[in-house]
Amino acid sequence: MILDFFKYDFIMYALAASLLGSITAGIIGTYVVTRRMVFITGGITHASFGGLGLGFFFGINPLLGAAVFGLVSGIGVEYLSRFHKIREDSVIAMMWSFGMALGIIFISLTPGYAPNLMSYLFGNILSVSSSDIWIMGILMILVLALFVPFFRLIQYLTFDEEFARTSRVPVSLFKYLLVGLVALTAVVYIRVAGIILVLSLLTIPQNTALLFSNNLKRIMWLSIGIGFLGSLLGLMISYAGNIPSGASIIFSLVLLYLTGSAGKAIFHARKKQYKHP
Amino acid sequence: MNLVELKSVSFGYRDEPVIDQVNLVIREGDFIGMIGPNGGGKSTIIRIIMGLLEPWSGEVIIPKDINIGYLPQTHNFDNRFPISVLEVVLSGLLKIHGITTRVNKKDKKRAMEVLGKVGMADLAKRSIGELSGGQMQRVFIGRALISSPQLLILDEPVTYVDNRFEQELYNLLELISLETAILLVSHDVGQIVSSVRTIACVNRQLHYHPSNQITEEILESYNCPIDLITHGHVPHRVLPTHLP
Repeated sequence: MILDFFKYDFIMYALAASLLGSITAGIIGTYVVTRRMVFITGGITHASFGGLGLGFFFGINPLLGAAVFGLVSGIGVEYLSRFHKIREDSVIAMMWSFGMALGIIFISLTPGYAPNLMSYLFGNILSVSSSDIWIMGILMILVLALFVPFFRLIQYLTFDEEFARTSRVPVSLFKYLLVGLVALTAVVYIRVAGIILVLSLLTIPQNTALLFSNNLKRIMWLSIGIGFLGSLLGLMISYAGNIPSGASIIFSLVLLYLTGSAGKAIFHARKKQYKHP
Repeated sequence: MNLVELKSVSFGYRDEPVIDQVNLVIREGDFIGMIGPNGGGKSTIIRIIMGLLEPWSGEVIIPKDINIGYLPQTHNFDNRFPISVLEVVLSGLLKIHGITTRVNKKDKKRAMEVLGKVGMADLAKRSIGELSGGQMQRVFIGRALISSPQLLILDEPVTYVDNRFEQELYNLLELISLETAILLVSHDVGQIVSSVRTIACVNRQLHYHPSNQITEEILESYNCPIDLITHGHVPHRVLPTHLP
């Protein structure tokens, strides 16, 4: 049965998407989680639905529309947050629902063809095509091109932005580049996990990794590994039980998180017992 | 040599000026105590020097090769951020190494040396969030020191630290002041006058007092109402210090 699993093209694409996604989301998600941008990222993802609808309406690639909406909303929030005059979380909530509303409006105005909304809301890793793999590959290269040479800078400016600003480095430029990559990651992986579930790829493996390390680089590596393991497990559950893949992957990721938490708790309990017999 | 020069610098929020036409020169060998009431503009001047605020008007002259070590008054960081004490201290080298900053063995050795100075070497591998407020403050002082700056700016360094470390800190600063200029900000005169060589009084305007002998009359003439009064008893003359 396992060998059966590998003989289909769509399974190979799904595996490739899992690997590329785990690397990209492992790194970007670590940034999102440690900089506490989870809510912003949710806002970006949902706002991009407006672009998706616009794409359908004008007959252009919906993911391109989503990417533009994602980038504009991400960079917009990052820009507005520099001025402390706005309530950032409220703005994000407005952006979040406005994007969804726009998307629905445009899709309902699009004559004739009704796109499969479910696949955009919940994703389907088994529908990934070779061109999707290309896009995911390019995105991964962009992420690595920013994080490998500038890792320490990113770590320091995420930890204490103001201090980084006193160090004669272009902090704002990097923040915009980073939020841009966050937006692109969210949009590209809508294909895999859907608008509603994409946040999980960016948060669950990272929080599992955070259980075990206080070293940012190690957390990124662990997130990549945990993300990949969870995706494989999810794919198998999906295949075996004929369950939508997005849901089964997230189920697996949460399972890994709970296993990790339990393992850590037991380990600590034992250590305590050992110390105070 | 002038390390920092401010020429009639003004700054404010909305229409309200916080500092007005401030002039200040910091030279090599200086050990300046900056005092003044809360909201008088001390931190604003520091933040302008550090490039965090753009002045409304006036000129800030800092030669390009001047390296300033900085301890902010408040720290805006998430104390659950996964970073070790050692790594926090190493981040003080960012301005030397630039955007592609890397860390080598020499840097790590230097970081451990600095952590030793502030009494935190044993906790180098701890997460920053596991420390107490005073311990964190020591680590941030380490971050300000690691790059061997020509000027050290400390904004209220004794907030959060216990009395013992406060004394240790002043001893350490006296040692550092032999080779590094220091600008030390405090709202509490009594604490700093014994260490510093000169005093700058900030209350919207800056008055420079070229010695550390300060009387209430001087403060009054500077329009600088500070802790001499709020401590409850009113000393006529704060400190005569031991002359060096």
